[in-house]
Amino acid sequence: MRRQLARIDVPEVGLVVLCGASGSGKSTFARRHFASTEVVSSDQCRALVSDDETDQSSTAAAFELLHYIVGKRLELGRLTVVDATNVRAEDRKGLLELARRWDVLATAIVFDLSVAACLAHNEQRRDRRTPAHAIQRQHDTLRRSTKRLRRERFARVYTLGSTEELDSVEVARNRLWSDRRDDTGPFDIIGDVHGCHAELLSLLDRLGYDTEADPIAHPAGRRAVFVGDLVDRGPGVVEVLDVAMSMVAAGNALCVAGNHEVKLRRALAGRKVNVSHGLAESLEQLERRGPEFAERVAEFIDSLIGHYVLDGGRLVVAHAGLPERYHGRSSGRVRELALFGDTDGETDEFGLPVRYPWADDYRGDAAVVYGHTPVPEAVWVNNTICVDTGAVFGGELTALRWPERDLVAVPAVAQHYQPVRPVDAAEEASPRPPRLLDVGDVLGKHHVQTALAGRVLIEAERSSAALEVMSRFAVDPRWLVYLPPTMAPAAASDRDGYLEHPDEAFAYFRKAGVAEVVVQEKHMGSRAVLVVARNADAAQARFGISNDQDGVIVTRTGRPFFAEPSPAGSLLDRVRAAADGAGLWDRLGTDWFIVDAEVLPWSVKAAALIQRMYAATAAAGTATLGEARRMTADAARRGVDVEALTARTADRAEHIAAFVDAYRRYCWDVDGADGIEIAPFQILAAEGEVLARRPHRWHLEHLDALADHAPGTLRRTDRRFVVLSDEAAIQQATDWWHSLTDGGSEGAVVKPAEPIATTGAGFVQPAIKCRGREYLRIIYGPEYLEPANLAGLRQRSLGRKSSLARREYALGIEALDRFVASEHLSRVHECVFGVLALESEPVDPRL
Amino acid sequence: MLVSLTSTTPVATDLGFLLHKHPDRVRSVDLGFGRAHVFYPEAAAQRCTATTYVEVDPFGRTRRRDRHRAQGLEPYVNDRPYAASSMLSVALGRLFRTALTGRCDDRPELVARRLDIEIQLPAVPVRGGAEILGRLFDPLGYEVECSPIALDSQFPAWGDSQYVAARLAGRQTVRSALEHLYVLLPVLDDAKHYWIGPEEVNKLLLRGGDWLGCHPESELITRRYLRLPGFIREAQARLADAGEDTDLLGVQRDAAEEAAEAPIRLGEQRLEAVLQAVRDVGAGRVVDLGCGEGRLLERLLAEPAVTCAVGVDASVGALERAERRLKLDQMSERRRERIRLFQGALTYTDSRLQGFDVATIVEVVEHLDPERLDVFADVVFGHIGAASVVLTTPNREYNSNFERLDARGLRHEDHRFEWTRSEFEAWVRGIAARYGYSVEISAVGSSAPVCGPPSQMAVLRR
Repeated sequence: MRRQLARIDVPEVGLVVLCGASGSGKSTFARRHFASTEVVSSDQCRALVSDDETDQSSTAAAFELLHYIVGKRLELGRLTVVDATNVRAEDRKGLLELARRWDVLATAIVFDLSVAACLAHNEQRRDRRTPAHAIQRQHDTLRRSTKRLRRERFARVYTLGSTEELDSVEVARNRLWSDRRDDTGPFDIIGDVHGCHAELLSLLDRLGYDTEADPIAHPAGRRAVFVGDLVDRGPGVVEVLDVAMSMVAAGNALCVAGNHEVKLRRALAGRKVNVSHGLAESLEQLERRGPEFAERVAEFIDSLIGHYVLDGGRLVVAHAGLPERYHGRSSGRVRELALFGDTDGETDEFGLPVRYPWADDYRGDAAVVYGHTPVPEAVWVNNTICVDTGAVFGGELTALRWPERDLVAVPAVAQHYQPVRPVDAAEEASPRPPRLLDVGDVLGKHHVQTALAGRVLIEAERSSAALEVMSRFAVDPRWLVYLPPTMAPAAASDRDGYLEHPDEAFAYFRKAGVAEVVVQEKHMGSRAVLVVARNADAAQARFGISNDQDGVIVTRTGRPFFAEPSPAGSLLDRVRAAADGAGLWDRLGTDWFIVDAEVLPWSVKAAALIQRMYAATAAAGTATLGEARRMTADAARRGVDVEALTARTADRAEHIAAFVDAYRRYCWDVDGADGIEIAPFQILAAEGEVLARRPHRWHLEHLDALADHAPGTLRRTDRRFVVLSDEAAIQQATDWWHSLTDGGSEGAVVKPAEPIATTGAGFVQPAIKCRGREYLRIIYGPEYLEPANLAGLRQRSLGRKSSLARREYALGIEALDRFVASEHLSRVHECVFGVLALESEPVDPRL
Repeated sequence: MLVSLTSTTPVATDLGFLLHKHPDRVRSVDLGFGRAHVFYPEAAAQRCTATTYVEVDPFGRTRRRDRHRAQGLEPYVNDRPYAASSMLSVALGRLFRTALTGRCDDRPELVARRLDIEIQLPAVPVRGGAEILGRLFDPLGYEVECSPIALDSQFPAWGDSQYVAARLAGRQTVRSALEHLYVLLPVLDDAKHYWIGPEEVNKLLLRGGDWLGCHPESELITRRYLRLPGFIREAQARLADAGEDTDLLGVQRDAAEEAAEAPIRLGEQRLEAVLQAVRDVGAGRVVDLGCGEGRLLERLLAEPAVTCAVGVDASVGALERAERRLKLDQMSERRRERIRLFQGALTYTDSRLQGFDVATIVEVVEHLDPERLDVFADVVFGHIGAASVVLTTPNREYNSNFERLDARGLRHEDHRFEWTRSEFEAWVRGIAARYGYSVEISAVGSSAPVCGPPSQMAVLRR
């Protein structure tokens, strides 16, 4: 008599196949242990396609639907329970194929109840009774095939033999071994050690571990993660194993399996293996240590799994790397890929397997850290990095600090082993920044996952509009790593004669819980993003641009700012020279940077618009109102009652004169680059860091220094820092705003002093603009200040604009994050494209 | 906006009777877009002036306007409150309704009298150049004087605005002077502030029926006043019935053909050459990259050998026009299955474009920035990799034979470059070598000595 089954273990990500005759209690069991959405039943599918869950004629269509749903759920990594009789092997085969296709474990639960029990259940049903002979047949079929279930590649098979067992059994959901998402580190991920014991100790030492302790530990609780291939080739295999095994046992380290461990394990098990590639060294060293140690090593290797998903899913460690769709999945194929990489049996001139450059195509959110193939230098490619820098071949032993993303390396004390293929030769095959983007990455409705605002939705019609602009007018997407977001204005002011005023901006930030803001002068020109490389080599290395270009100036829609190349070239040269003078390259440790700026005068970019819209309106207005004043004056002289009309005409004439003054202030003649000024207000990014996250104080100080080295070309941005609890400071800043705008300035932008300020409800607006009353004539027309007009304009609604500003800002920062992390071009492009797409949303253009 | 009408024929103050407006009073009327006033700055026996002044409410106007079609701030900042336009016509129509019908109950003998009339327009838009004022008003018996208005005196380099201050003088009845303004102000402006509906034809015939038929610019007047081809045809047909010796339809037909002939012939030749190339390579599945409005697709569908034609363009607008041109919604199912249109861009890989016998790229490359040509080639020849590619582009050497070129000497403002024959050949041969195609280059259109054909074509085969 078999012991009663007390617990069924199912993996959190997996397929559960219930097998049993009608009336064996599958549906009741499923209802009790799983959420209704986790259960896909054949009856339910029959009802969906034919309105009748007993309609046998629709069985084929119902199963087609069932398989479709199961496939989609498994693709998304959802636990899925199939409630159908599944008594025949061929019924189960299709489901097992789906599990294999999506690399999840399949569990079978067999409901092996007596025919009598099934019939009794069946009798209790009111509406859908299965004929008794059918139940008998299902029961017999199941009996015949249960013995084969294990061989059908179910990871686990559970059998419930009685109603009591069925009622009492518990179902436990287990996390996959690879799932360590709740483990947030911090980690030090160490490349292939290959028996380099001295190097390992000195690396751990550099990383701050106490190497005197046993087991070795980090005083601040950091943990090592070994990417596998601890063994073979090097002189200290046993010592390295000692370190790793004791650290893992003590919880001070994690380790994934490498192909060398697997081979060693097979050798230890007495299998016949080829002892080349350094296995001989391991075996010989283990031999000396004795059988008891070898047994512990075997146990240790048996405990190693293929890959780990760590830190909330942001980090994946696998020996040979792992494409995104296999993260957190579990199958033989996933393990093979994690251990050996993607090979199709082809070998190179050195007889080593040719590996498919999976990192080239990698577009995942998670950073993948791996080893396996020695590279001369660890570099990020599409958010993946190989940290095997060939220590055993005389290179370095490298660690990646996570989440800091810093690299720490120690040189090998000697070349312990002669590589079959020179390490440099591997570089030939190493992935290059890809140039081609796929239309599927941008077209159609899709979501972009951002750190700041979660998933940002891009509607299909928006991306469709953006595709035309992007493909026909924008610069090379490799330059286009950022587009500036739109900015919301302050809520309408109710002060007499004002539509916008800083009071409302201060009030907004105070309410949002921001302690300090900066009020920056808003330069009136045209928005521009400058991407500046130190030279053409740097542009080639970081942006992959090979046509000798060393920078670009683009508009807010990604087009070249200047139609002709020359003004951009000399302006970039001047900015570059200023960066030399200010020592910016060294201070930032970079040979490229990106700046958000305003290019002045307005007329340099908008001449056609100014002439067509502003000057034309002013010319017609001035002529007509002049004539109207003469005519009304003549009529008044004759005694006609035109008093009110005369007064209104005089007001209109004043308005049009002020309108002329308003646009003229932002126009002046330029000669090539001479006369053009750039007013930068933020250094968005440089090598290794998204600087847009730094406080505005930092930006303005650095930009002042830059401006001092390019007088006449770079303009400083005047500003006031305001602690929002300081009423006097607020008053001073407000007075300053009045004097700025009275003097003809566009106005000011109020930003949180720490740029990415968050509250409970998410991040606050990164900036609020407060435009001057004279400037706003350009936006709202010459006569907007007439009290009746102003009253109407105050009714404006900001919701859409504010939401757009936040979404675009989140996409912009995300683009920079991804670019700085060397993610795949398409991952950067998707964000930049998203900004452009959102810009095509219909929003009141006056805001 | 403002217009003044002056009579210098004694007794000039008779103008008041004719206009039904007392010279000592201000008469005002509310219009949907603002308020119009008539008053007399002068009213003497020798000289009497009635000024019509419209105060446009710009905020009222923008509220009602269909904003989705306008771009940027244009609906909010514009010349409409100031420049003479159709709104002024509407004001004249409302204020002088009786005068326009030719009634003057108090002094009926005045109606038919021609007076020495001066019309002053301080800012009238003259789309298409100031000479249009003469073309429109000279034939009606006016002496035209106009002085240009600078865009901005502070920026002389910007030149003159599209407005002039105009003075029109002639012997006219008051009624016809008002009719001329009513019809010709919107024509000068070439825009209307309201939706043009079928009743516009009646308005035009009501106000212009007496004089429009024999006006030498009647075609221009009709076209600009009505703006929609259907209405134009209707009006012209009705005018042709009324007039005796003016065959307006005939005039228009000839003019249209003359204007269109030259470009259409080259376009036709190009399409014919591409079609022949498609036939020569024996293609069944064709993808037209940059299909525009679908002219080539239309012909491809007429080829029995073409089993599947796919049109791709970056512009959604172009695809919509292609859909209308091909009448996709009316196509039989069998024919409909042979064609597909979708949006795509040749600087992105796109698996939907793979697996075709031939890709046609007609007058497309010159719309790409030179820096993007490598990516374009990677996508078209490396990724899409059709068995054959047919590609055409202008021959810049031929441009000297064209009159209308842009400032850079190119045929279209959006052309980023145009190649000479040798430049084109060098590029095509480079592509062919890199991606493993053989290449054949040929001329499109009849060649001129020295500068060669107007267009050039390459056929590449794997």
